[in-house]
Parts: sequence; C-alpha cells; structure tokens
Amino acid sequence: MPSLSEIIRHSQIWKSIFRHPAPVDRRNRVVVMLTNFFLHLHPVSIKKQGIALSYTWCMGGVTFFLFLVETVTGVLLMFYYRPTLEWAYKDILALRDVMSMGILRELHRWGAHAMVITVWLHMYRVFLTGSYKPPREFNWVIGVILLLLTLLLSFTGYLLPWDQLAIWAITVGSNMARATPILGHEGPGSQLLTVDGIPMITNASDARFALLGARFVGEETLNRFYVLHCIALPLAVAFLLAIHFWRVRKDGGISGPL
Amino acid sequence: MHGHNEALFLEEISSFLGLYYLFLAALNAGAAFYLWRRGRGIRLIGPIRSFHCWLLLALLFTMIAPLAFSGDPQVMRWISLPPSVRDFIDWLMGPVVYSVGTVAVLTVLFVGRRFFVKPTVAWLMLNGALLFMGLAMTDPDFADIVRKPDNVPIVGLIYLLGYFTWLGAYLAVENDKRIQQGLPPKEKELDEKVLVWPDLVYTELICMIAVTALLFVWAICIKAPLEEPASAVKTPNPSKAPWYFLGLQEMLVYYDPWMAGVVLPSLIIFGLMAIPYLDFNKKGNGYYTIDERKFSYIVFQFGFIVLWVTLIVLGTFLRGPNWNFFGPFETWDPHKVEALNNVDLSEFFWVRWLQRARPRPPEDAGMLIKVGVILIRELPGILLLIGYFAITPAAMVVWSRFFRELFKKMGLFRYMTMMFLLQVMLLLPVKMVCRWSFNLKYFIAIPEWMLNF
Repeated sequence: MPSLSEIIRHSQIWKSIFRHPAPVDRRNRVVVMLTNFFLHLHPVSIKKQGIALSYTWCMGGVTFFLFLVETVTGVLLMFYYRPTLEWAYKDILALRDVMSMGILRELHRWGAHAMVITVWLHMYRVFLTGSYKPPREFNWVIGVILLLLTLLLSFTGYLLPWDQLAIWAITVGSNMARATPILGHEGPGSQLLTVDGIPMITNASDARFALLGARFVGEETLNRFYVLHCIALPLAVAFLLAIHFWRVRKDGGISGPL
Repeated sequence: MHGHNEALFLEEISSFLGLYYLFLAALNAGAAFYLWRRGRGIRLIGPIRSFHCWLLLALLFTMIAPLAFSGDPQVMRWISLPPSVRDFIDWLMGPVVYSVGTVAVLTVLFVGRRFFVKPTVAWLMLNGALLFMGLAMTDPDFADIVRKPDNVPIVGLIYLLGYFTWLGAYLAVENDKRIQQGLPPKEKELDEKVLVWPDLVYTELICMIAVTALLFVWAICIKAPLEEPASAVKTPNPSKAPWYFLGLQEMLVYYDPWMAGVVLPSLIIFGLMAIPYLDFNKKGNGYYTIDERKFSYIVFQFGFIVLWVTLIVLGTFLRGPNWNFFGPFETWDPHKVEALNNVDLSEFFWVRWLQRARPRPPEDAGMLIKVGVILIRELPGILLLIGYFAITPAAMVVWSRFFRELFKKMGLFRYMTMMFLLQVMLLLPVKMVCRWSFNLKYFIAIPEWMLNF
C-alpha cells in the first residue's frame, strides 16, 4: 500500500508543478536547486561558513524578506488608502478603528523600521568580514544605493498617514532641499542663476519644489510621495536587488577571495 | 509629575515592568542551564562557576518581578533609580559629556577588547544595561520618550548593535589570537562545501518564521502612532524628522542646511561607496579580524557607531523642545532657555583680536570690490580651511610613517580622495568641539551669498 504522501507525490498534478522528485537523496537535493525557480537563486552547494549564523547574521536575507513583507502588506494597504487630502487621514483612521483585528498598518510600519535596522546591520557585517574587497567592490556600491533607497522608501511612506507626525517630519526633512547649492533658493550659488536680474531659482522652481510638487507639503506632495513610495522606488529596489543577488553568485559567494 | 499622576503612571507601567523582569530572569536562567549542560562556564572563586552567578541573577530578577507587578509607589521606590542619581545624571549630561563620554567609553572597550569580549564579561555588561533600563523605566520622563512607538525601534537598534558589535569583536579577537599563533582564521576551517538543500534552505525558512513571529508580536503589542490630522499652521515643538535622519538633524546645530542636509549626506553616500576602492588591504577578506585591518576598522566604527548611531540616539532621546538638550530624566519643558551667543571666526579675528570693526564694503561699491572686501573679511577662515584640507594630507605624509606607507601604496589621487573624505568626517567633531568650547558659529560666514561654513 503506498502512503498518501506517495500517492500525492506521484500524481500527475504534483509532478506537473514540481519539476523534480522529493529532495531526499543527494542527487535530488542537487536537482531541486537547479530546477526550482524559487531556489535557483542559490547555488547547489556552498562553503560551510556561508550557513553559519554567527558568521552571516542572516541580515541580508532578513532585509530581503522584510522587503517582501512590505510589498505584500503595502499592496493590501493600497486597497484601503486614497492619497488625497480629503481621505488619507480618514482611511488610516478607518484602518485603525473599523477593521477588526487590524494590524496591517502596524505590520507595515514596524516592518519598515525593522528593515532600516537590518539593512544597516547587513552593511555592518559585510564591512566587518571585509566582504566588499575584490571582486565584490561593485556589489558593495549597489548595496549602498539599496541602503539609500531603503531610507527613501521609509521617508516617503512616513508622509502617507497625513497626521501631524507625518507632515512635520517631512517638512523638517525636506526643508534641507531649500539649501541645495545652486539648485535651492536658499542655497549658496543660487543667486548666480539670474536672467536680467530676475532670479531663476525661487521657492517655486528649486530642488525642494521638485521634491514636494509645491511650495509647502500639500496635496501635490502627498501624491508625489505616494507614487514614489508605491511604484517608483520599489521598482528601482527590485531591479537593483536582482543585480545584487546575481552578483553575489557571480562573484563567488557571500565573501572571501575568489 | 507627582502624587496622583505618578501613581497612575506606575500602575500603567507595572505590568510591562513585571514581564520585563521575568524576561530577564528567563534569559539568565536559560544561560545558566545552557552552560551547565555543556559543562562550560568559567571558574570564578573556588567551586563557584559563572552559571551559578547567572542562576543567582535569575532568582534576583524573579524576586524583583512581583515588586514591579505591584504598581504600588511605595514598593516601586525600591526598584527605581534614586531621585538623587537621576538628578545627578541629568545635571551631568549635556551634548559635550554625552558625545565625549561615548567616544571615551568606546575607546576603552576597543583598547581592552580582549577582556571585554569574554562571554562572561559581556553577559555581565548586558545584564547591567538591561537592569539600568528597568530601574530607569519607573521615571515618567524616561518612560515617555523610550515608549514612544516610533522610538521603540531605536531601543531595539541599540541592543542589536551592541550585540552584533560584541559578536564581531569576539570572533575577530579569536581569529587574531589564531593568526598570532600562525594558524589560519577559523572561517578557513569551514572551507568545505555543503549542499544548500537542506542546510541553507531550512536555516532561511527558520529565520523567516522567526522574523514573522517577531513582527506579529510587535504589531499586536504596539499600535502604530497616529496623531491629530495634519495641520500646516500648528507646528509641533520639537519638530523631528524620522528617526534615521535625526543624526542629520543634529548636524544642523553645527552646520548650515546646505552642508548638514545636502553636501554631507551626499559625501556620506559617496564615501561609503568609495570604501572598497580606497581600502587596498588584501587581508581580512572573508573573516572577522581587527588586528589585520585596524585602520579601516577604527575609521568605519568611528563613522558608523559614533557619528551615525550615537548622533541619532542623541537627536531622538535627548533633544526636546527648541532642540534644547534634555537629560534622560528631565521633563521636556518648552520654556527652557539656553542662552547661546555664537560667534563667527571672522569676529574673533577682527573684533576680538585686532580690536577693530570687521571690513565692510561701501554701499555703492562695485561688484568686484564687494567680493574682494567679503573675501578679506573671511580670510582667516578661508586660510584655515585651505590649510586644513591642503596641508594636512602632505604634513601627515612627512610626519607619519603610517600615512607615508598609505601614500606610497595608494598613489596621489586615491590618497587625496581618502584624506578629503576623512577630513570632512573629522571636521564634524572638530566643529562640535569648537562650538562647545568657544561658541564658534562659522569658520566662514558669508550670509550675502548664503554661504556659511
């Protein structure tokens, strides 16, 4: 009598989904890594230090996992949230008060904070083990950009609840753009850009205006940050993540000379 | 906060504190059990071994827990920092003591790392830090700022960073010992390969489940903050950026926005990216070590732990209304006045030293004369900075054998890039010290061009 799991494993449906037999022997443990889409990111075998938690801290992996958590909870939040002055705050209130057992926003917010921390710790580990050294210099550079994008993702998301905490944090954070050299209307060198004595860089044309879409944090800003937060930045992160992972493989694992 | 309010506050925090002490007890009991089972645990005095101490600590925390659960002000007084100690800490604390103290403590930890990374010592320090936090939590002002939902991650960050810094240093010290004995670093022994399925795949799965569980507990225990609806006319005091940018906001005290908000952050990103191209040391690739790359280790730790993280902690926990400094147990009083009269370098030079007015261009002067006069007015600062950036790198090559070696190995361009980045980084603490010790405002102050440095 074949057991139930054997029957399932040998059914046509199961075999059509999984292109490999159960990874129970050495051969199939190799095959599974090569033929499964989700696993093919990994090599078939790695050095023992690559799986030692005391060595890797698993922080890069946790950061990626948190990115996925943010994507899923973010999509769910988008079902409930409208980025307009009229609705933004009310929708967040409804998420808090109307949804039963609603911890969606909590998961998203704490996940975001955690992601900032884990990405720093990942950088910390990579530095301490000298893993940025040749041939991985460029992957470190991509990692730095990903760190920056993580901060920007968190920053743009901070505005969306549209409460006092949100707009003043973004006001404080974006005020600095006013002082961008040359391109900010309160920055050094911006006076040089004048046409017939009329300044080209004003508070309605400078770097801060480009960021906010307005002269102060308003509805245009909300829309701009919403699009950046939900579409532009995640796409950029996903693109760079792909290169980051691919380079880890091509550069010969997570660390050590090639 | 006194009387009725304080009783209410203590009652509110009692259940958290009780659980907190039970958690500490479990932590120590777990450590004791682990060491006892493995027969590890070092001998302290006679037959007493370290796990006996941890068991004792666990008992102590278990006994504290019901006191904390009581929520009774009379009882809670026994598990609080005495008011005199709190007042002393508040009195002692200031930006100077905090920053210099942090650097001093970290230096001591670094120099004595062979002692401090010992698991027994590290565990004792962790217990000390956790106990201090517990004793401090009964102070309403301290609890207010630590329990603010958006600040909880920073508390987590401090402990995580402490743990991982210890772990990295511990592994590095072990490896350095081995290298001294002529052995390869420990990681080299793990050179043999294993299959990814099941070893790595299952580790990842367990990590994912652990993170998910943690996130759910966090999300259920702490509500995401939501304040009043946004209002462009009601400015909160203090207005703070998100916590990860508070280091930059703290820099605003010492630099103008164009530096603190634009130029320095860009240079931080650029400098991080430049690390692999500046660090030519081939050693320390793929294993923890400090001795084999002391220079890069110290530079990175100074940038990351001191300038990045401690400034964030300062900006979050110790900066209150009007960005004034408040001790950890001090009430955030918006009327606290701190008289500050900051003085530009040009005023020091012309007014205080030469005893004459600063040069000022005549109202009807032409463009060129105006520029000239402004440049002359700011000449001391300009010369000082040119000297700092241009002469220091050369002087270091002449005077220091270490930097001469760097210069030889890196070549002019790479050496100058590294020195520029290092000097920009060091200019921040230098400027902080100048501000604290003689109220220096700007090295170069040209408000006419909005160019203050």
